[in-house]
Amino acid sequence: MTEKIYNGILIFAEQKNNAIHRVSYELLGKGKELSDKIDCSLNAVILGPEEINVQELICRGADKVYHIADSTAFNKPDELIYAENIVSLIKSIKPEICLFGATTFGRSLAPRVAASLETGLTADCTDLKTDSDMKLIQIRPAFSENILAHIKSDIYPQMATVRYKEFEEAKRDADRTGELIKIEPVKTNNDLIEILEEISNDGINIQDAKVVVAAGVSVKSAEDLSMINELAYLLGGEVGASRALVETGIISKDHQVGYSGNRVKPAVYIACGISGAPQHLAGMKEAGVIIAINNDPSAPIFDIADYSIVGDMYKIIPEIISAIRNNELTI
Amino acid sequence: MNIVVLVKQVPDMEKVKFDREAGRIDRSSAGTEINPFDLNALEAALQISENTNGKVTVLTMGPAQAEEALREAIARGADEGILLTDVKFGGSDVKATSTILSSAIKKAGQFDLVIAGIQSVDGDTGQVGAEVAGYLGIPHISNVEAIKNYTEEYIEVVSSVWESQYLKRGKYPLLITVTKDVNVPRLPSFKNKMKARKVEITKWSYEDLKEVLDPSKIGIKGSPTKVKKIEVPQQSMREGKLYKENDEKAVEDILNALKSCKVLKEA
Repeated sequence: MTEKIYNGILIFAEQKNNAIHRVSYELLGKGKELSDKIDCSLNAVILGPEEINVQELICRGADKVYHIADSTAFNKPDELIYAENIVSLIKSIKPEICLFGATTFGRSLAPRVAASLETGLTADCTDLKTDSDMKLIQIRPAFSENILAHIKSDIYPQMATVRYKEFEEAKRDADRTGELIKIEPVKTNNDLIEILEEISNDGINIQDAKVVVAAGVSVKSAEDLSMINELAYLLGGEVGASRALVETGIISKDHQVGYSGNRVKPAVYIACGISGAPQHLAGMKEAGVIIAINNDPSAPIFDIADYSIVGDMYKIIPEIISAIRNNELTI
Repeated sequence: MNIVVLVKQVPDMEKVKFDREAGRIDRSSAGTEINPFDLNALEAALQISENTNGKVTVLTMGPAQAEEALREAIARGADEGILLTDVKFGGSDVKATSTILSSAIKKAGQFDLVIAGIQSVDGDTGQVGAEVAGYLGIPHISNVEAIKNYTEEYIEVVSSVWESQYLKRGKYPLLITVTKDVNVPRLPSFKNKMKARKVEITKWSYEDLKEVLDPSKIGIKGSPTKVKKIEVPQQSMREGKLYKENDEKAVEDILNALKSCKVLKEA
């Protein structure tokens, strides 16, 4: 059999402040499944300083890790610098499949890489499979999540961004060995874009929360938010918010759940006084258990909830809080 | 300042029907509108143009009736519209679409800033903006939530990226994609509505772009990604328990649910 010109799977391992984004491990998890079927290698590329623990990518299943190392060039989200370096690597190693996490950065970077390579790109996949010809079937929602399209690419590399929290993380094997290849960057500065500052955020990461307790505009003031905060705290979760509540200024944008905010997939989502606009539902409908409290029995949120409670949230939430406290006392 | 705004005519998503059996999308009963995110792109362009004595050109690709979207954009204040329409463009994926749009931007002449919405509500890929920048060979800044400052040479914007927000300054020529947070789009004015009715819309087909466009890179032939199948997924089944004036039972069941998914410890 003649050797394939394009061979192997390359995943982009995203890092910030030397911490590897967990979507990278999910890509390795899915990548392993695909590479076993195709019978090809599974490799990762990471861009950043020397100090990054790139061995972790090997422990998580990468056969080769290409570490494009520079002490400063990759410490800011500069798509141009990242793209040129990744394109240069892809041109030299010619992977058949290239996967990026569909994070805000991945979704901004991957199209530039695809344009440079003049290849196709499928956005925001929720599943990946192999076809009988060992090509990639990329499955993605479209039409505001109403359909799932099955897409194939006929140019190599087959490129896709993959939604965060869709796949299981690759299991860690501390003894696993692989090859670490250090690479000099081909571009380290960009005169066209200057990144002036990172605007501080309060560090909440609602996408990683196991529990999200979300509030809508029935919350009229910051004080009203305190019982939401308390419930989230008791359950070890984060506070979410509808777009409308964020617009009132009571809570910051990092908390916004929805199509244009954060898509979340917690084990439990508690919607408090959220009617459930399509925009909001698109961001949370995949939660494990959905509990909704609303005084309007016709609220659309009830159509997708496991537990629908019609009533006054100012009465019911304190009841839930006290029940949880009682439960703790009896443990 | 010459500003190009990319717009897309999309079906009114609330009225599109999805046939699960046939795996089909029925747009026939849905009207069309400008992709909502593109209205924010247009508004951003209009504000910058008003303060810099600039010109705003709206550019779209689509069937002949996409002309309506351009007339609406002009009614909202854009100066002129260009419609890219040709059967040869049909079936274009992200790559082919970006190739066609970028070649039209090149043909339209000197530009400083290209503004696009972050994504369309139908195709939903959010990739065309950054790919157009790639094919134009210019930098881009995505997910722009606020425009802080601009001069004749550069623009400063807040980009939501890398799980945070960054203040970025980009020199022209530059492409930015904007979110809904960037502004509140204005409505059409009476004066501009009159203008929109009369204005001549430029229409370009493949023939008009052939000096800057490779025919093997457009339409279905020029699209590396192909939709093999459409699935209309069933809504996931939920427990669907309803409680009305029965708080006690509701709280009890919720507590049990929290325990069974290990959010709470068993008492």
